[in-house]
Amino acid sequence: MARRLAGFLVLLLVVSICEAAFLFQPISDSHRSTALELFTPDHGSFKSLEETYEALRTFQILGIEKKPDLTATACRSISETVGSSSSTAKDLFYALKANSIAECKIDKKASKGIISRLKAAVSGASSLLDFYYSVGGLVLIKDQSSEADVHLADAEGVFRSVKAFSQSDGRWRYSSNNPESSAFAAGIALETHAGIVSLASSEIDQSLISTLKNDIIKLFDSIEKYDDGALYFDDKLVDGHEYQGPVSTTSSVLRGLTAFAAVTAENLNLPGDKILGLAKFFLGIGVPGDAKDFFNQIDSLACLESNRVSIPLILSFPSTVLSLTRKDSLKVGVSTVLGSEVPSLTVKLVGAFSSGSKDASLVESQELNFDKTSGLHILNDLPKSIDVGSYTFVFEIVLHEPKHEEVYFKGSQTKVPISVTGLIKIENSEIAVLDSDLGSIESQKKLDLAGKNAISLSANHLQKLRLSFQLTTPRGRSFKPHQAFLKLRHESKVEHIFVVGNSGKQFEIVLNFLGLVEKFFYLSGKYDMELTVGDAAMENSLLVAIGHIELDLPEAPEKAPRPPPQPVDPYSRYGPKAEITHIFRAPEKRPPQELSLAFLGLTILPLLGFLIGLLRLGVNLKNFPTKPLPATFAVLFHVGIGAVLLLYVFFWVKLDLFQTLKILGFLGGILVFVGHRILSHLAAASAKLKSA
Amino acid sequence: MGRTSSTKEDAGALFHSLRSAYAATPVNLKIIDLYVGFAIFTALIQVVYMAMVGSFPFNSFLSGVLSCVGTAVLAVCLRIQVNKENKEFKDLPPERAFADFVPCNLVLHLVIMNFLG
Repeated sequence: MARRLAGFLVLLLVVSICEAAFLFQPISDSHRSTALELFTPDHGSFKSLEETYEALRTFQILGIEKKPDLTATACRSISETVGSSSSTAKDLFYALKANSIAECKIDKKASKGIISRLKAAVSGASSLLDFYYSVGGLVLIKDQSSEADVHLADAEGVFRSVKAFSQSDGRWRYSSNNPESSAFAAGIALETHAGIVSLASSEIDQSLISTLKNDIIKLFDSIEKYDDGALYFDDKLVDGHEYQGPVSTTSSVLRGLTAFAAVTAENLNLPGDKILGLAKFFLGIGVPGDAKDFFNQIDSLACLESNRVSIPLILSFPSTVLSLTRKDSLKVGVSTVLGSEVPSLTVKLVGAFSSGSKDASLVESQELNFDKTSGLHILNDLPKSIDVGSYTFVFEIVLHEPKHEEVYFKGSQTKVPISVTGLIKIENSEIAVLDSDLGSIESQKKLDLAGKNAISLSANHLQKLRLSFQLTTPRGRSFKPHQAFLKLRHESKVEHIFVVGNSGKQFEIVLNFLGLVEKFFYLSGKYDMELTVGDAAMENSLLVAIGHIELDLPEAPEKAPRPPPQPVDPYSRYGPKAEITHIFRAPEKRPPQELSLAFLGLTILPLLGFLIGLLRLGVNLKNFPTKPLPATFAVLFHVGIGAVLLLYVFFWVKLDLFQTLKILGFLGGILVFVGHRILSHLAAASAKLKSA
Repeated sequence: MGRTSSTKEDAGALFHSLRSAYAATPVNLKIIDLYVGFAIFTALIQVVYMAMVGSFPFNSFLSGVLSCVGTAVLAVCLRIQVNKENKEFKDLPPERAFADFVPCNLVLHLVIMNFLG
């Protein structure tokens, strides 16, 4: 079976396509220290057996010493769960899993009880997880206890029941009620199937196993890809509870796949680059910060490393940026995914290509020297053909002994992007003002672009400004930087930027002011000059003020464009404005109080005059009725009128119109009645007098 | 000379004849005339005050002046109706005229008080 496995892998992984850059670091000490931090138990024990198992397994794979108190508490909870009759299949499963690492003793009686309970659970299982826990538990107890044989009676029936949950796209459902399917469930189902096959008392029908093989291939059709070549499985996020995430899902599938490949004799026919992609995915995670993701990553890498006969070898690079100035050498490390030792091999640099160019390799094929102390393969001197810039280096591994070829998978060529930096020499820099027509130099100054400059020039619109310099790489070749700009800034902060062009090593820019007059908005005056030369490969990128130039430009015509408004101090525009104080309407000028009072007195005068006049005229009350009834009416009449007038005074002082009208209505009614009586009485009296 | 002196004498004679004629009017009419004179005089004083201090607040001025003028007008109406020599209102008893005068005045003064502010 092992040969078959080897056959499947070597056959298929050797046919792997040359992948893109593979810059993944194998598991290292930073993983180990993080593991110790993440898997710290609360008060000595973990929250659940699942977590206990994860912690123990992680420590086991990473080679961290088992702490005795951790093992002791684990044993305690394991024996508790195993002994209790109320433990579910899930609890027993995780207890047994933890026990496979902690290796606590389980007594015969307890193990007998577990076996019978798990067998009952298998027959009573209805969902995928029920099968998984019960079958998995039986597999584990079979290895751990000294019991004779643990077998599944109707293995084929159980197999079919689990298979019934599968879907046509290679995914599995959790139960017959729940229509949601996931790749995570597929991984669990594959592990369960593997368990069933190993527990079967008789051979399972090969056709069933072939159908399962097809399911695996269909499942791999749904694999997703990152740009760097990593492959992973992910489920659609339908229900927050059920969603596991790509790390959990991919590791579940890998576990299932590994378990299944271990029990079947058949070739699974999976392309090798898919397995490689999965390895890249888990290495690409780096150091996870979550305990679950950490366990999944480590467990999956362990599946890739130890359960496989062909172990992938990883190239790792301490640094992919080399400096010519520091005379850095290219260092390469080779290890397995978990960072274990590799057999003796040589790393060959097959070629180096300039980024983006399809030309021939710049270097010959050569071997790197192996340094025993650091364990790295080193290319001591970068070839002369490698100048500053970015390159793609292609490496190959050559194993020394042929028999290792079957055990380890070295893949084909690996491409790595390497950047080389260095100091760029800037020479022959000078600035000059030329006369436009003849090209003769009016003034010329040398520049020291590495140091301080304070050049002072002057020009008018009929002249030209020329700036030139040379750039040379450490290897003596011409260099075109990513940025080469000349900036002219006017005193009013209006800026103009020009790109400095080059031909070979010589960089030159000529500003013809005659053509630039309109671009400069006809602004004459002092312009500050600034030169920027920069590139990622240049260790001495510079931004240097050259000096200033006095430009004399003609007057702006009427329709000339205005320079753009410069940004104002944001506080002055967006800050608070001056406070507005509301100016109320000035009150009218009132007359002095004494004048008003004087006129009040004057107004009373006519009334007095009226009263005096009445007296002079000799008014009397002789016509006032003497009989009691008319007299009452007469009195009431006058009182009524007086009341109305008093009401009017109250109206002016306090009441509003409606109240007044209400009272007036009432008083008016009385007045009309009384007035009518008295006046008709008076009229009758005078009529009698006239007729008499 | 004779003419100017005659105009002056004529003016004097006119004045005297008016005065004596007026003396013959009944007392009640004289009372009403006195009332009218009082009302107009009050109005005049208010106008003089306004001329001195300005027309703010204008509504108060208007209501003051109009109350005087209104009541004077109503009194004149009363006088017309009460005058025995007036053939038009021969059948109208003076009490009836007075009974009209009082409510009209009351309504006028209600409006005035509302407008006074």
